[in-house]
Amino acid sequence: MKYMLLIYGNEERWASVGREEFERIVAETDALNRELFESGELVGAYGVADQVNAKVVRVDDRGVPVVSDGPYAEAKEYLGSFTIVDCENLERALEIAARNPAARYVGVEVRPLMHEADVGS
Amino acid sequence: MNGDDPGWRELRLAAPVVLGALVRRHGHFDECEDAVQEALVAASSQWPRTGRPANPTAWLRTVATRRLVDRLRGDAARRRREARDAHATRAGEDRGTPTGEDDTLTLLFLCCHPALTPPSQVALTLRAVAGLTTAEIARAFLVPEPTMAQRISRAKRQVKAAGAVFAMPGEHDRPARVAAVNAVLYLLFNEGHTASSGEELVRPQLTAEAIRLARLAHRALPDDGEVAGLLALMLLTEARRPARTGPAGELIPLAEQDRSRWDAPMIAEGIALITRTLARAPVGPYQLQAAIAAVHDEAATAEETDWPQILALYGLLERVAPNPVVTLNRAVALTMVHGPDAGLALLDTIAHDPRVAASHRYASVRAHLLELAGDTDGALAAYEDAARRTTSTPERRHLLGRAARLRQRHPADGPCGAR
Repeated sequence: MKYMLLIYGNEERWASVGREEFERIVAETDALNRELFESGELVGAYGVADQVNAKVVRVDDRGVPVVSDGPYAEAKEYLGSFTIVDCENLERALEIAARNPAARYVGVEVRPLMHEADVGS
Repeated sequence: MNGDDPGWRELRLAAPVVLGALVRRHGHFDECEDAVQEALVAASSQWPRTGRPANPTAWLRTVATRRLVDRLRGDAARRRREARDAHATRAGEDRGTPTGEDDTLTLLFLCCHPALTPPSQVALTLRAVAGLTTAEIARAFLVPEPTMAQRISRAKRQVKAAGAVFAMPGEHDRPARVAAVNAVLYLLFNEGHTASSGEELVRPQLTAEAIRLARLAHRALPDDGEVAGLLALMLLTEARRPARTGPAGELIPLAEQDRSRWDAPMIAEGIALITRTLARAPVGPYQLQAAIAAVHDEAATAEETDWPQILALYGLLERVAPNPVVTLNRAVALTMVHGPDAGLALLDTIAHDPRVAASHRYASVRAHLLELAGDTDGALAAYEDAARRTTSTPERRHLLGRAARLRQRHPADGPCGAR
């Protein structure tokens, strides 16, 4: 069963974390990801670039794609990173989430992924 | 996937036999398994260019042996390690001349070792016993190949660390180990059976593989009632496959399936097997589930289903293996015999059971019973709730379809009708 672990950033919360502490968080996250890769549970882990880079694509009535800057520039909370794991059950996914250092700062949202995407047909 | 080509089928059948022979001769399950896998990968890249050899089994044996020798020679440190645990994976000398089938079964037990998590047991079984390549297994489960490769090599390390030997478990361990094999085969079967997509060619093959291995286990352990029960359950479920999905891949519930499309010989085989087994083995959950499937399969139309018998079987199943999911199913049977009020009252008894209360299954059964009770609003809300809760795309589509159909029939009913 696949789960997506989402970590939402909060400018104020992260700003209060000192540089050394932040480096420890990064090291701890790297170690966790390595462990999950070695156990064969890691599908992927990604940091999301700052929201100033966000683009939104909409297709208008004539079928023409219109690209605009992300609409969330003013938002307080934003998606900072996400990890996809493929593990035995929800219990294990929650255990993995609890080991993520971000769980101590902003919380980790755990979402089951739909089973399966239609890619075969 | 090369599953349909006869040369490939022979190669995949030969894979565990060659692996078994290598392990008996050289020990080192993990090294031998890697060697056979390398030979399989070599076949998948070479054969399309060079054509397949006249004797795929002999080819596999030769190439895998050569790879193993290269591996064992190549690494001095490994040789030292080898000397240290030479006894660790060498076993089976005390047996007579094992057949390929014996070895395949021994491998199956090894891959379903209790030290592994179920996903690892399934992955290792598919590679070492079913002869699939890592890439094929990764495609079947929609994960990146390195993820699957890691899962398998970790599983092999864990098997080794647990001190497992290449031999059938002893009498004392046998029941627990057989139960683990059954659980893995059931998981494998469901993986192929429930997902409508993923890699189209691999999925049905998972189901076929589960049935093939269950047959093998049943031939080797003919007196084990649960092994027989599981095989019968698989046959009686698989027989309905042609009628389970519509032209657009949509799920068709049992009551609405075109029963002329069911596989009659497979049903006959499943019914004969479960009838024989129930008569002589101590009863268990797989046998009871097979018996329930048999009652469904015996009915020429949904209306002719012998619901009182199904209700009695669910009652037994609840006693043998108490589980709120069984209670959910019993509520459906109870409804068919005594009406929706009785079924809904039974559902209420598990409404706060954390194992099912938040699941889509509870909501969808409740929706179905409310619909039968004529509570359109309640049923609509429950169908929509169930659709939100499921993590299966086809099931979500199915549940939303039920809601839409209900709304169409009762356009003026209540606030939901206006949506």
